[in-house]
Amino acid sequence: MSDATAPSEAPAKKPAGRGNFELDERLKAYKGVWVFIEHERGEVHPVSWELLGEGRKLADRLGVELSGVVMGSPGLPTRRFCEEAFFHGANSCYLIEDTVLANYRNESFTKGLTDLVNAYQPEILLLGATTQGRDLAGSVATTLQTGLTADCTELNIDPDNRGLAATRPTFGGSLLCTIITKNYRPQMATIRPRVMSMPERDSTRTGRIIEHPLNMIESSIITKVLEYIPDDTRDKPQLPFADIIVSGGRGMKRPENFQLIWDLAQVLGAEVGATRPIIQAGWVEAERQVGQSGKTVRPKLYIAAGISGAIQHRVGMEGSDVIIAINNDPNAPIFDFATYGIVGNAMTILPVLTDIFRQKLATARLAG
Amino acid sequence: MHIVVCIKQVPDSAQIRVHPVTNTIMRQGVPAIVNPYDLFSLEEALRLKDKHGGRVTVISMGPPQAENALKKCISFGADDAILVTDRAFAGADTLATSFALAAAITQIEKDMKVDMVFAGKQTIDGDTAQVGPGIAKRLDMQLLTYVSQIDALDLDKNEIQVQRRAEGGVQVLKTRLPCLITMLEGSNEMRFATMENMFRAARYPVKTWNKDAAGIEDVSKIGLKGSPTLVSKVFAPKPKTVKAEIIDTESHEPRDIALTLVGKLFTQHPKLCDSIIRRAA
Repeated sequence: MSDATAPSEAPAKKPAGRGNFELDERLKAYKGVWVFIEHERGEVHPVSWELLGEGRKLADRLGVELSGVVMGSPGLPTRRFCEEAFFHGANSCYLIEDTVLANYRNESFTKGLTDLVNAYQPEILLLGATTQGRDLAGSVATTLQTGLTADCTELNIDPDNRGLAATRPTFGGSLLCTIITKNYRPQMATIRPRVMSMPERDSTRTGRIIEHPLNMIESSIITKVLEYIPDDTRDKPQLPFADIIVSGGRGMKRPENFQLIWDLAQVLGAEVGATRPIIQAGWVEAERQVGQSGKTVRPKLYIAAGISGAIQHRVGMEGSDVIIAINNDPNAPIFDFATYGIVGNAMTILPVLTDIFRQKLATARLAG
Repeated sequence: MHIVVCIKQVPDSAQIRVHPVTNTIMRQGVPAIVNPYDLFSLEEALRLKDKHGGRVTVISMGPPQAENALKKCISFGADDAILVTDRAFAGADTLATSFALAAAITQIEKDMKVDMVFAGKQTIDGDTAQVGPGIAKRLDMQLLTYVSQIDALDLDKNEIQVQRRAEGGVQVLKTRLPCLITMLEGSNEMRFATMENMFRAARYPVKTWNKDAAGIEDVSKIGLKGSPTLVSKVFAPKPKTVKAEIIDTESHEPRDIALTLVGKLFTQHPKLCDSIIRRAA
């Protein structure tokens, strides 16, 4: 590290090498925050917009530009993806269009992203912690010989050194750790979908598109995509994207009581969720499990009935905007982090709540 | 055919507790296990060996006691086990770890050509999912992550066809060996150790390699020195200070309580309620 030779302008309050270091001159040229825009089958993964929202904050704090990176084949709506990136906060987009980028493949995407980083030198590069983002991030970081922090839940800028402080859960979620990247650039991080909030979309925003060539030919790429089999999502619950979720836990007592959850969900146009014991008992299908070993959700409204709020469930839903908890135990941990609480029997409260929502919504519709 | 499987010994995270006062991890008494995700990769490697013949070598980087995890893999049916262990590896992040493991695999290759490397899709302690892709890059192998099924392996043509989990679907990929594969959880079920293999594991002398044996000359690439990332602090999540607003009425009647709640929702969260109205319409 260059601590020994660096001018000692920084106060010597921290031990050398621990977050207090002078960046190599060569690395000071790395400027700007980048977000990899991930897409599959002509659709951008929402995590990319979430990351642009978070990237915008980092870029503003650093006083630099925020850019999206779009790679795809000419047949794909890549320019629309760039435009959408501007709407979600990007100042510019780096675009590589090449027929070999028709499908995601590690080799071609790694070359594209690595070339872009080497040519335009961003200081921060963010990717979604998806199967595509993680596959790509590991290969790109190794090629660039730089640091990569996985599955972050919080990103900050250290005001002392402009470095990225990436916080992530460790040891099964019981502790958090903050990771920094020393004398290497770019600083790379992956972030799980639905952890960061979706930024406001502003369709008046514009930006620059910077095109870059890939210089790869199909015959030089060893791995071939033979087929893509889309998941059958008909009638499959889509919890991670739901705006409203009504969930039930062990406090619902009997499988037939779960109908009360379905009733409320129907009135609200909501998805139905559940805790792990409910899934294990087979009352609802496994796709509806919310929590550490299930789905991470971030709805506008989460109604938890008969759920105590154990940490395993909490980590999957505490990002919800408004949480309503119904539980007959006034000391249940769910009341520590819910927005509103009702201490009472869920089997009595749920039917009246459903009824009142139904009336209220009917009135509102007539009025509006 | 020769397959190398990379494994890691991890603390059983289900049994980790945090000290309520000091907020430090209480490691005492937490059993060490083979990273559960690695077992899907080991089992798949063993199945390929059952079908096509050849050898399976397991390799791990870790402290001397990680030998036990490697012996466990022998008991499942692996042929050889190598522990890459050296004080110089301490403090390694994923970049430094993939460097050391790739170097060791290059050494293994000097004895017998490696056709495939398997790794877990991620570990349960670090959860990074980066070491597998890192090794593939360093060894210039084709990378197949999140594989849910191996469709075909043609050793004469040196070709493999797999199904890979992608976002919203499955990619069917065909590539050439050598390649590095990480298996998706639930893609197979680990076999039971046979009595014969258990005896073999008990007697099996795990080979231990220090950095020199692993062919590492450049110490700036390993351990803390070779690690771009640094843990700057570890801390317990802050408990939320604002508790739920408990909705109750004088009558304590469920209907009154529900009315109060819905009324509050509509006055305090108009945007949320607009979206409920639009959805329900």
